[in-house]
Amino acid sequence: MQWQFWIIQTLNSVAFGGLLFMLSSGFSLIFGLMRIPNLAHGAFFMLGAYFGYSLLIRGLNFWPTALAAGLGVGLIGVALERFILRRLAGNEQGQVLVTLGISFIIADICLVAWTGDPMPLAAPQALRPPLRVAGYAFPTYRLVVLGISLVAALGLYLLMERTRLGAMIRAGVDDMEMARGVGIPVSRLFTTVFLLGATLAGIGGVLGGPILNAYPGLDTDMLPLALIVVILGGAGSLLGAFVGSFIVGFIYNFGIALVPDLAYFVLFLPMVLVLVFLPQGLFGRVQI
Amino acid sequence: MSRSGVIALAICTAVLLVLPWIIGNEFYVNMASQVLIYALFALSINMMLGYGGMVSLGHAGYLGIAGYACILATTAGYDQLTAAIFAVALSTAAAALFGVLSLRAPGLGFIMITLALGQIVWGIAYRANELTGGDNGIRHPARPMPFGIDIRDAPSFYYFTLVVFAIALFCIWRFSRSPFGASLMGTRDQPRRMRMLGHNVWLVRFLTFVMAGFWGSVAGVLYVYYNLFLSPHAISLQQSAEILLMAILGGASTLTGPIVGAAIITLVKNVVSSYVERWNTLLGVIFVVVIVFMPYGLVPGCKQLWARLSSRKNRKVAGATASEPAQ
Repeated sequence: MQWQFWIIQTLNSVAFGGLLFMLSSGFSLIFGLMRIPNLAHGAFFMLGAYFGYSLLIRGLNFWPTALAAGLGVGLIGVALERFILRRLAGNEQGQVLVTLGISFIIADICLVAWTGDPMPLAAPQALRPPLRVAGYAFPTYRLVVLGISLVAALGLYLLMERTRLGAMIRAGVDDMEMARGVGIPVSRLFTTVFLLGATLAGIGGVLGGPILNAYPGLDTDMLPLALIVVILGGAGSLLGAFVGSFIVGFIYNFGIALVPDLAYFVLFLPMVLVLVFLPQGLFGRVQI
Repeated sequence: MSRSGVIALAICTAVLLVLPWIIGNEFYVNMASQVLIYALFALSINMMLGYGGMVSLGHAGYLGIAGYACILATTAGYDQLTAAIFAVALSTAAAALFGVLSLRAPGLGFIMITLALGQIVWGIAYRANELTGGDNGIRHPARPMPFGIDIRDAPSFYYFTLVVFAIALFCIWRFSRSPFGASLMGTRDQPRRMRMLGHNVWLVRFLTFVMAGFWGSVAGVLYVYYNLFLSPHAISLQQSAEILLMAILGGASTLTGPIVGAAIITLVKNVVSSYVERWNTLLGVIFVVVIVFMPYGLVPGCKQLWARLSSRKNRKVAGATASEPAQ
């Protein structure tokens, strides 16, 4: 096969891995801190893409759109945490099932509001022509998506490792009781982490829009990928989410390109291996 | 079983036996068969959920594996019985594999892994066009003729489903009352103590997982016989969630709860779908409302209400004779 194919597929994989990181880093943090898999996370991603679509066709610039749509989804995440999950404090099983119920409601509302047709999001004008280096064409937009997710990863790393908020979140992930005991406002942390996670998922949705389109079912396509990322990388760990995202990005993308019939089955294998040999995931801080 | 229990069971059996005559209309007889099939799904997931405290979101995967295996084996030329046995065996073997994987994670990780596994089955069904027909789904050639009896029309299919359902219900009832069932409930409530007492907690959970997978597969084959068609839509996450909701809505800690839940959800779904298209929103709302306001489900909730009402009546009687109230 020619070089161009491999270059393009590799780029697609890393760009998709970047998107997955935007999705799964928040998922992983929420899981690490609150011990619940937020099953509405795929719906947040889809909602971000649809918000982005609506803002873009009203003529808003791409980057403000991404930010605004992300914050909109973030606020919905905060509402979910404050008004529903808070009522079920201590009943983690109930919380998980409620997030699933919410994801069905969001998906159905999206279907009403934006119909069942796929909605393409337009990439920024300047990024549409491919980048030509040494005779090869590179899709510029995907490179930029990769760059943004790397910046986001760096930002999250600094937030987690270098700030007071990050230290409090890490303390909560490692030992909730102790964190409460030394006076960390854990319940406010829950809201903060939900805001952060949902916003990241929303921005990821807008960034993913030009690549994936916004369509009904985007949520249930993305959610299992986020789950597998977290199973692979380990819950509550930023590094785990980062490495896991790119592994899944590569496997999924090359799976689709090379064995389209079995793209999902190929994902199954790394998951099995990790579960059998490293049940905490590659870099897990908490038992999933 | 208590005497009132025996009477209730006798009444239910009688009603179920004459049901096709009572309702008459073919459409509603079919709906009754559908309720029985979903009740079997809900009962099977409840073996894990109610007695073992394991929340699975991948149960529709067994419907997928058993259903597709049954259709593919039948179209490949095997007779119906062989195809059905093959389908259930394959799907139960898959349940054993899924069980080994899911039980690596205790608690909520279990939900995540079962969900991911269920979605992988869905993804394969959706993508493997040559085998499964992809999005368009595939047809099952015809309903079987068990012992030469024709079950093509609605009432006879209903009786066929009823027989399978009764056998399954008996087995699951025996399961819940057996020493094994007791040890399963022990692992749900006090896993550490059970381990201390020498029980192999993992093995108890694993065997339950496989048994639940087995009955889920049987229900899957019934589903295919009923619809004579299977597509990835039938094995989506939503299907798994509906099955789970049936068990929770009715009351996961009881045997009758999942059956009541399956009846309510199936009827509501059929009624609502004929008026509006917003079944998914309603499903989500039922989910949230049930979990926030009725975490123990309808059957235990009604029992509690009944107990409270009757104790109030008793208290009135007691209050008339003694000056001190009971509480």
